[in-house]
Amino acid sequence: MAKTALQFRHNGRDVAIFVDGGTNLLAALRELIGDMTPKFGCGQGGCGACSVLIDGELHLSCLTLAETVAGRSVETLDSLKDGPNLHPLQRAFADNFAAQCGYCTPGMLMAAKALLDRNPQPSRTEVIEAISGNICRCTGYEPIINAVLAAASGGRARA
Amino acid sequence: MPVTVRTFASTGEAAAALSSDRGARYLGGGTLVMRALNEGDISISTIVRAHDHALTRVDATGSRVTIGAGVTFARILAERDLAFLHAAARSIGGPAVRNMGTVGGNLFASNPYGDFAVALLALDAVVSVQGGLGSRDVPIEEFLQTRERQTGTLALAVSFQKPASADAFRYRKIARIKPKGGSVITLAAHLPISSGRILSARIALGSMAATPIRARAAERALEGRTLDATTISAAAAAAVEGTSPADNALASGWYRREIVGVHLRRLLSGQE
Repeated sequence: MAKTALQFRHNGRDVAIFVDGGTNLLAALRELIGDMTPKFGCGQGGCGACSVLIDGELHLSCLTLAETVAGRSVETLDSLKDGPNLHPLQRAFADNFAAQCGYCTPGMLMAAKALLDRNPQPSRTEVIEAISGNICRCTGYEPIINAVLAAASGGRARA
Repeated sequence: MPVTVRTFASTGEAAAALSSDRGARYLGGGTLVMRALNEGDISISTIVRAHDHALTRVDATGSRVTIGAGVTFARILAERDLAFLHAAARSIGGPAVRNMGTVGGNLFASNPYGDFAVALLALDAVVSVQGGLGSRDVPIEEFLQTRERQTGTLALAVSFQKPASADAFRYRKIARIKPKGGSVITLAAHLPISSGRILSARIALGSMAATPIRARAAERALEGRTLDATTISAAAAAAVEGTSPADNALASGWYRREIVGVHLRRLLSGQE
């Protein structure tokens, strides 16, 4: 079956790949582009481990048909890095023990970024709501909520 | 297994492609169809998409509301004129699912999902569909009862009369994870009141049968009455009539039958 050419912006860089019909964005990112930061958790929309931003909006990459991001901007956790410097959200996650096994962390960070990009000073309730689609089986969520609030109140070096 | 993706500019072409291919499924937000593909559903051989602006239109300024099938739950939450539907929209998924999932797709979501369809059923919505032979309007109850046979038709929009007051439309979803987990049961009520009496009551239940259903016995108990304790008790007692809830991981059918009257009573009496 013919592959389809697909061009989009991946973390600020233009990429071009060929996808099989029906390929989801998560598989395209991991297997074709080599960005391993979004994780495969459930493939059903239940866990949030594959969360990415599409044109700034939080989406589940495992439920996104890769072809639908043609010409759009996709941001993954990999976009937060700046050489050896951690993004303020990553720093807050480290300082607040918000990552244990780490599997949910990329999705949590993207959900938190989606929140702070729109609402730089969220309430605790708003943070809980923002990460409500992301499952963590280690932390019990409290350290993650605290980390997002700490990143918000600490001011963020860059958006 | 790779599938063929066909993208069209108009809903007419998309509907023609859907109706001519048994293996074709329309892709809305992806939360149902992509999930099925991820799970290896080999009945899907073609994905059909349409870039028609009509699908994402919301008209909620007048007394008749029309919502395009491609409108997301995040968009519903951003529309002030649709405040009466915010509780239903908020009860679906996390933020990412609400950014993706659509009103049209929810009509096809099977238990324990499809909560928005429960709200639309209580609102007596009409579903505009386009099949191979043109478009037509189908009452939502008929649409839901026959939806297994509707995969070849394209849902275009839903429309309904706006509730007269904030109190006239009520929604409640019982979930293990609040508010967005899969439905144990979902209830929606539309209670238009004329001179203190309920006229054309609609009670819709989710997860109480294979598709959302109306609780007709409870509706009859409310019809023409004032919403007082006696009426509410009669409606609550009748809520279970005609239901056939199944067992699933969230609750047993027995449990659902036990609690549906309790939650209808709370919904009608305005309790949290």
